[in-house]
Amino acid sequence: MFDEAPLRHLPAMPGVGYKPQHFAAILQDPAPVGWLEIHAENYMGDGGRPLAQLRHLAERFPLSVHGVGLSIGGEGRLDPDHLARLKRLCDWLKPASFSEHLAWSTHEGAFLNDLLPLPYTARTLDRVAGHIDEVQDTLGRRMLLENPSTYLAFAETEMDEIDFLTEIARRTGCGLLLDVNNVHVSCTNQGWDTDAYIDRFPLHLVGEVHLGGHDVDADDHGAPLLIDSHGAEVADPVWRLYARSIARGGALPTLIEWDNDVPDWPTLAAEAARAAAIMGAVMAGGRA
Amino acid sequence: MTGQAEFHAALLDPERPVPPGLIDPARRPAGRRFDVYRNNVAVSLTKALEQGFPLLRDLLGTEFFQAMAGVFLRAHPPQSRMLMFYGAEMPAFLTGFPPVAHLPYLADVARLELALRESYHAADAAPLAHSDLADLSAEEFMAARFGLSPALRLIRSDWPVHGIWSAHARGTPAPSARRPEDVVILRPGLDPAPHLLPAGGAAFITALAAGATVAEALEAAGPLPDLSGLLSILIGGGALTALTRE
Repeated sequence: MFDEAPLRHLPAMPGVGYKPQHFAAILQDPAPVGWLEIHAENYMGDGGRPLAQLRHLAERFPLSVHGVGLSIGGEGRLDPDHLARLKRLCDWLKPASFSEHLAWSTHEGAFLNDLLPLPYTARTLDRVAGHIDEVQDTLGRRMLLENPSTYLAFAETEMDEIDFLTEIARRTGCGLLLDVNNVHVSCTNQGWDTDAYIDRFPLHLVGEVHLGGHDVDADDHGAPLLIDSHGAEVADPVWRLYARSIARGGALPTLIEWDNDVPDWPTLAAEAARAAAIMGAVMAGGRA
Repeated sequence: MTGQAEFHAALLDPERPVPPGLIDPARRPAGRRFDVYRNNVAVSLTKALEQGFPLLRDLLGTEFFQAMAGVFLRAHPPQSRMLMFYGAEMPAFLTGFPPVAHLPYLADVARLELALRESYHAADAAPLAHSDLADLSAEEFMAARFGLSPALRLIRSDWPVHGIWSAHARGTPAPSARRPEDVVILRPGLDPAPHLLPAGGAAFITALAAGATVAEALEAAGPLPDLSGLLSILIGGGALTALTRE
C-alpha cells in the first residue's frame, strides 16, 4: 500500500511554481526558494527548451510535478495516453512529489483547461478513489490530492469536503495537498468557517501547502465571491490561515503559486521569503 | 443530479441555462456563480490561442483575435491536455470563417505558427559533424541518404508566408500579394526559425525525408539553381542528423 511511503519528500521550505522567464535568475540566486514545482502538461513534449531547462533544474532542486489535466473527478475513465505520458515524465524526472486536483476538466475527450467541481456523494467518492488507485498503481508512487477552489455547490452533495478528502486518503493511501488560498476562497464562497476548516483538516496527511492570490467579485445577491486567480500576491487572510496551519501541523513544504501576470523574480522570491519567515516564527513559538 | 455532460454543454454555450441542481450557500440557484467557470474556460483557452498564434493575433489585432478565439474554442475545444499543441484546426477554421475571407493567406500563417510550436517541442537530435560531410567524395555525397532532424517542418504556401513572418519580426508592413513561398523550419539549438527555400528546395527535402539518395532527390526536385544555398541552410540549421553511405 502507498500509505506506507513517506509523505514528505520535499524540504519543509518555500518553493515556487517554475516559470521559464525565471530560469537564469533561479540558477543565479534561488534563496530562499528550496524547491520548484512544474505543471506536468507543459513538459510532455519530446524535447527542446522545456525539457533542457528541466534537466538543469532537476540537478539543482528537488522537484514537485503538479498535474492539471488528469481529470480525476471526471465521470469517464482516465485518459490512458495522458496517464502514460505522466508516467514517462515521472520515471525520467523521479520528482520528490506528484500531486493532482479534486476536480474534473475533460468530458468525452474535450479538455476545458479549468478545474471543475463535483458533488460529494458516496458515488463520486467511489469514482475518485478508483481513479486515484489507478494513478498510484500506474506511477508506482503515492500522490497528493489538492482541495479545490469552488464557486457553487451541488444540491445532491451529501458529504462534507474534509470528510470526503479524508475518506479518499484512507481508502487509497494518497496524501493531501492543502491549498490555503483555496480554503479561503471556498469557505468564503460556500459560507464555511475558515478557521474551523483548518482546525479540522487532517494535517498529518498533508505533504505540501499551496499559497496563491485571488480576485474579489460578488454573486447575484451581492455576497462576496472570491476567484482563485494565481495572479496576485497572497492576501493577508490567507497568510493568517497559513500561520494557523503551521501552528497546528508543523513546518511544511510551501509553494507560492503565481501563474498569471507573473512578476519578476525578486517579487516572487519576496513572497517565498514571507512564507519562510512565518514558518520560522511559528515554529520558534512566536507570533507570525 | 447534475451530470458532467450537462455542465460541460452549458460551459461552452452561454445561451444555455445554468444546469439545475447547482446552488449557492442559501440553496438558491447558482446564477452567475456558474459564469465564473464559463469565464475561466473561455479566458484560459483564449490565452492559450494568443500564446500559440502571436503572429495571427498581431495581424488581426488583439480585440478581433480574442473575439474570433471565442468562436473557435466553442467549435474546437482542445482534444488533448497538451495545450502547447492546441489549435490544429485553426487553418481550416480560418478558411471557413467569413469575416477573414478577404485575408486568404491567414490559414498558411496559422500553419506556420503550428509548425513552429511542433518544432520547439520536437525531440532533440545531434546534427552531423562537419567532418562527416567534409569526408565525403562527390560520388559518395550523391549516393548518400540523410536522416533529417525531428524538429524540421516544411510549409508550402501560395502566399508569401515567410515574407509576412519576417516583416512582422522587423516591424515593417507585411506583403499580401499572392506569391508562392516554401519555408523550412529548422532548430539548430533550442530556437526554431523559418527559412525561405530556393526553387526546388521543398521537393528536394521531401525526397530526402522519404529516404531518397541525394542524386534521387535532385532528380525529384527538377531544376535546383541554388543547391549550395539550400545545403548551407540545411547544414547551418542542423537539419542533417544521420548519414547512410551506400
